Amino acid sequence: MESNAIIRIEHLRKRFGDLQVLDNINLNIKKGEKLVILGPSGSGKSTLIRCINHLEKPTSGEIYIEGEQVTQKNWIRMSRDHMAMVFQQFNLYPHKTVLQNLTMAPVKLHKVPKKEAEASAMEYLERVGLANKADAYPQNLSGGQQQRVAIARALVTHPDIILFDEPTSALDPEMVNEVLDVMVQLSKEDITMICVTHEMGFARQVADRVIFLDSAKIVEEGTPEEVFTNPKSERTKAFFSKILH
Amino acid sequence: MLESLLDPWRWERSLQDFPDYLEGFGMTLRVTAAGWLIAMCIGILLGLISTKQNKALKAVSRIYIQFFQNTPITIQFFFFYVGVPAIIKQLFHMSKAYRLSKFVIGIFGVGLYHGAYIAEVIRSGIEAVPGGQKEAALSQGFTENQAMAYVILPQTLKMILPPLTSQTLALLKNTSTLAMVVGLDLMYYADKSVGYTGYFQGYLIAAAMYFAVCFPLAMLVKVFERNAARNPELKRKKKKSRGGGLI
Repeated sequence: MESNAIIRIEHLRKRFGDLQVLDNINLNIKKGEKLVILGPSGSGKSTLIRCINHLEKPTSGEIYIEGEQVTQKNWIRMSRDHMAMVFQQFNLYPHKTVLQNLTMAPVKLHKVPKKEAEASAMEYLERVGLANKADAYPQNLSGGQQQRVAIARALVTHPDIILFDEPTSALDPEMVNEVLDVMVQLSKEDITMICVTHEMGFARQVADRVIFLDSAKIVEEGTPEEVFTNPKSERTKAFFSKILH
Repeated sequence: MLESLLDPWRWERSLQDFPDYLEGFGMTLRVTAAGWLIAMCIGILLGLISTKQNKALKAVSRIYIQFFQNTPITIQFFFFYVGVPAIIKQLFHMSKAYRLSKFVIGIFGVGLYHGAYIAEVIRSGIEAVPGGQKEAALSQGFTENQAMAYVILPQTLKMILPPLTSQTLALLKNTSTLAMVVGLDLMYYADKSVGYTGYFQGYLIAAAMYFAVCFPLAMLVKVFERNAARNPELKRKKKKSRGGGLI
């Protein structure tokens, strides 16, 4: 089990002042696994995903990526070499065109020649259906388009792991599907996906495993089938009864 | 009153001192340029420090900024004129007080004062960039410094250009405080001329000269303000259509 775990999280704790946000989280994620993290707001799911790439520093506990511990010293390199993140608020660089948003990291960090980076960026834009927007600036795109660009920007550095932090929560309802479609397409590849979301349909469709967080702890874990149809904990049952119609 | 103001003789007499005014104007511009450089260095340094986590450095920068913003620049000039030489004398056990040159007093006087304001301009500019921008850069594997250089500062620059230019304008006008302490600037020569002739015209000439450099700066502030509000896409399209018009 441990040998093919791309991410290993051991005894992870995080507190903000007096507030315990994550309490003794232990989690192994397999290479290529599609993991969906569910839970009510304030349960710590965003913090968990942000701890994986050290945007949030764990209070205690260890995180290993491909067997190497993520530390205060190496976390930038670990992010660069293994991970990419898609944010709720897209966080595209507004002073750069869509194409430049995609080529910045490859050119500056991975020393890819500019022409090559642009060609590769265009391929990814093609995949998210936005090649025609290459020269546009982010603020002239709709929310859904911006998030698709953000996904393309995440993919262009060929990460092993892609983290989604509520990627559709800031979108108008009619734009949610265009983003989910891109994510479903992506889930067919062998990339490891970890996704914090409230989109149950998406979770059911792509997740290999679902975990349910409540009050800083993992209270439920299993395949989407198990978790949705036969949740073990009362908390999970109550949650689903509220959000599934 | 109006009669004496329009009196050609008075104007003629006042303009006889114009070579002095020009010399003072030269000094004013040199002090402005060198003082601006000092103010920018201090402002960038303290502005960056103010956005960092280090508490001790942050405190130093807060104290500096509050001190220089909340005491009159005139007193600061006198401090450089009287206090600093005395301190240097004490420090190095010199028998005679070391006199700083008037130019040096001038550039440090305006430089240190406006450095405090520019630090605040730069701090607020950096803080105005949403936190998600830095996080996006870090998540891509950029270091803190790279995130600053490639992502935060380019966005900051556009926002801070208007207030930065306003500060330059204020710095230029504040060099006139030099006249009260060490002199040799435009205001000093105007004051000298008016003291001698008793004709108010001298001040008007000086005012016109200050206006001649300050007004374009004020216009520049407007241009930068418009530029900061503008959508980059529109700018690009405009450029393209202009190019098309030439063909």
